[in-house]
Amino acid sequence: MKCKLLNVALAALLIPAATTAWAQSKPAAMKLSDNMIKIGVLTDMSGVYSDLGGQGAVTAVQMAIDDFKAQYKPKFAIEMVYADHQNKADVGSNKVREWYDTQGVDMVTDLLNSGVSLAVGKVTQEKKRIAIFVGSGSTRLTDQDCTPNTVHYAYDTYALANVAGKAIVKNGGDSWFFLTADYAFGHSLEKDTSDVVKANGGKVLGTVRHPLNASDFSSYLLQAQASKAKIIGLANAGGDTINSIKAASEFGITKNQQLAGLLMFITDIHALGLQTTQGMLLTSGFYWDKDDETRKFSKRFFDKTKRNPTMVQAGDYSAVTTYLKAVVAAGTDEAGAVMAKMKSTPINDFFAKNGKIRENGRMIHDMYLMQVKKPSESKYPWDYYDIKAVVSGEDAFQPLSASQCPLVKK
Amino acid sequence: MTALFDIPIQALMGQLMLGLVNGSFYATLSLGLAVIFGMLNIINFAHGALYMMGAFLAWMGLEYLGIGYWPSLILVPLAVGLFGVLIERSMLRWLYKLDHLYGLLLTFGLALVIEGLFINGYGVSGQPYQIPAELTGGFNLGFMFLPYYRGWVIFASLLVCFGTWYGIEKTRLGAYLRAATENPKLTQAFGINVPLMVMLTYGFGAALAGFAGVLAAPAIQVSPLMGSHLIIIVFAVVVIGGMGSILGSILTGLGLGVVEGLTNLLYPAASATVVFVIMAIVLMVRPAGLFGKEK
Repeated sequence: MKCKLLNVALAALLIPAATTAWAQSKPAAMKLSDNMIKIGVLTDMSGVYSDLGGQGAVTAVQMAIDDFKAQYKPKFAIEMVYADHQNKADVGSNKVREWYDTQGVDMVTDLLNSGVSLAVGKVTQEKKRIAIFVGSGSTRLTDQDCTPNTVHYAYDTYALANVAGKAIVKNGGDSWFFLTADYAFGHSLEKDTSDVVKANGGKVLGTVRHPLNASDFSSYLLQAQASKAKIIGLANAGGDTINSIKAASEFGITKNQQLAGLLMFITDIHALGLQTTQGMLLTSGFYWDKDDETRKFSKRFFDKTKRNPTMVQAGDYSAVTTYLKAVVAAGTDEAGAVMAKMKSTPINDFFAKNGKIRENGRMIHDMYLMQVKKPSESKYPWDYYDIKAVVSGEDAFQPLSASQCPLVKK
Repeated sequence: MTALFDIPIQALMGQLMLGLVNGSFYATLSLGLAVIFGMLNIINFAHGALYMMGAFLAWMGLEYLGIGYWPSLILVPLAVGLFGVLIERSMLRWLYKLDHLYGLLLTFGLALVIEGLFINGYGVSGQPYQIPAELTGGFNLGFMFLPYYRGWVIFASLLVCFGTWYGIEKTRLGAYLRAATENPKLTQAFGINVPLMVMLTYGFGAALAGFAGVLAAPAIQVSPLMGSHLIIIVFAVVVIGGMGSILGSILTGLGLGVVEGLTNLLYPAASATVVFVIMAIVLMVRPAGLFGKEK
């Protein structure tokens, strides 16, 4: 009798607890600050990087939201806002502050410029939201400037240098000369690549630094030519890389020396054509024509934008999906809980293979060493790359033990 | 190897040569600006956009209509010139009575609109334009490999620059033009159609920008942003040469190209600023520019 009474009492105690637990797993009872998830896409809409993200990034994020709604039928609303950061750190951080303060934005993504990303990371930490950097490359974002509220998703300068740089040195390209864009990203890429070159037994013969958006590259290339280095490393991006490659081919430099584009996107190859770029080695985290999954996504993306997705645009889709899944799993939009879920859940989708987010915010996933095809090997539009090697995330990205991020427990 | 101040002579010669190539672009572009400013008193901020349009029209002609480089060299400047005439007739002519600032604002706005339209249509990565088959390859000058195309750029620019200078300074039409600027009322009284002169001048300036665009298309990527990257330097060239001075802008364009080339060799990080440092110094010493006349 006594025992029975105890059982009933226990049961009575347990029932409300169980109901709450049950209710929490239902999306309707999710603890959202405003019963809405709002995602901000901060990108370069018309400047030098707008082909990598830009309008395509907005499209990719909208696709991710629509797909998520169709698949998971969440009971809360998901909205998107977007803005142009104009590649200016102050413009970017002001916009994000406004989004957090007055528009209830929960997460910001794309972010094409390392300078903007560093500023946005600080605001995000202060306001306790989440930022996922997809388009920017500096390793500072997960090194000394890491925050508990930010994730670096697609690639970084370390992985770029490590994958392509190592492969080039091993193929006999053991003396380098750098053509470096004179700002944070260029310096970071040059340093990371020099380290890889030296670690693998190569030599760095010199460097010339050029201003961003230089109008002519022939004079820098002439200096690179005089160095007699086997490899001319292009530690720049976008239009600067395109014009360097074009001038190198015009001045006959590619006859005796090889160019290594350290950050090249498929849009750059598309803009230059295979005649000029054939044979180049490069690193990427995504190629639209890799397998059926990537082709399926890219076909849908192409139908909307008339271009195939870049690594950044595909990464935006993946990042937003990862975030939304974590919100549902955590049952809240509170940044700490969502981030904990994101870091504890492996990521495997069409973009990221064997992906996981490390404690410093670095998302590591398989990276690919690509070689640009010869014009004769390209069978259909955008058929540009051969995948030469798949490098696991652990090997491609900086080892956690070398990270200077204070969040990493050593 | 012979060296001068620790710099191999070969490298020095190479950079001087490249400086001349870049200088001839500056000269052609700044010439258009100088003509428009000298004759119309309009600070034409749309010049960079017109240059970009020139390059894009050359690319479009080849891509959609199969028009090669050589016909483009004539047709594109005509098209851009016509576009310039349209701008002048429909918008600029209403602003001559007002302060310079209005013309500057209008052309600046136009530049943004034109650029925006091209970005919307073609993206910023741009389009490749191959060097015409007759001009692929190059000379080996001993100290450097000079692509034929760059050599052609110097030749064509100098030809056009000299032609323009001669046309304005030495011919009867040029005299009318200069008279129309000096004293429009009096010139009109002599039976010269001043508005027509002004319209043709703006059209001609625009055509020069279009011509520079076609020249540039094979050398650099045809991109909507190519004009805005260059226009600031070209403005500095015009200011240093003296606003409105034809000969000034040609000589300064070439000279600054060479100075920039040398900076690339000595201290590359300063190559983007050296032109502006020179501009500041020139403005302090000679506010009207090296070849300008104080009014």
